[in-house]
Amino acid sequence: METTAYFIILSVIAVIGGLLTITRSHPLSATLSLVMTLIALAGLYALLSADFLFVIQILVYAGAIMALMVFVIMLLNVKEIHLPPEKQIETRVLLALLFLSPIFFLVQRGITMQFGNAVFPQTQAGYGSIEAVGLALYRNHFFPFEVISILLLVALVGVVALAKRRA
Amino acid sequence: MLGPAHYLTVSAILFFLGLAGFISRKNIFILFLSLELMLNGINLSFVAFSRFFNQLDGHIFVFFVIAVAAAEAAISLALIILLFKNRQTLNVDDFDTLKG
Repeated sequence: METTAYFIILSVIAVIGGLLTITRSHPLSATLSLVMTLIALAGLYALLSADFLFVIQILVYAGAIMALMVFVIMLLNVKEIHLPPEKQIETRVLLALLFLSPIFFLVQRGITMQFGNAVFPQTQAGYGSIEAVGLALYRNHFFPFEVISILLLVALVGVVALAKRRA
Repeated sequence: MLGPAHYLTVSAILFFLGLAGFISRKNIFILFLSLELMLNGINLSFVAFSRFFNQLDGHIFVFFVIAVAAAEAAISLALIILLFKNRQTLNVDDFDTLKG
């Protein structure tokens, strides 16, 4: 199965990216590892025939938000002395994962009990396309869509107000 | 055949990686990135459920989550810049002004 091979490759890339994100000491390498995860996730969205989200994920998430992160790290000019003294990051992360593993196994058990043998149904033509998502957005979710624009405006004004403040 | 269980497992792994990073690291940037990782894990499960139930509501929800994440990223990065200008450090243990 071709889809299964793509799924395995993309999820392995996503998980490796996530692991690198939480184990790097410098923020810049962590950010670039997260970009790797985000792009692999965009591929997974494409496998789930979510065309619109595939584009948005790459354009907005991997493109805009992560570029903002990289810009900020670059502007702050983070040096080794500014980083917190974290010894043996790998061991600490491993311990945290060990600590969380019981909950993960419970979640995993719930997933297999509920959806163990379920397969995806056939989709109708145009599922997840920009047209279908746009129509759903404007027909059924118009009010939240407008509220989001106010939220972004508030964030914009808030950032300017914060940045202009004399520290 | 691929089912929702596979996608949900990947989503859970990403979420727990983010959570582990959030509770074990001290760098405020890495905490922020772990948060993004958790958001993305949840987004994947939204899309998988949406595909499984043959509806588009999950896609709309992910779209909103991405918009909120953009707003949150802008504000928290502005706060990080202010904190870094004041304290010259990224260690979350040093940001204890509000501690009684």
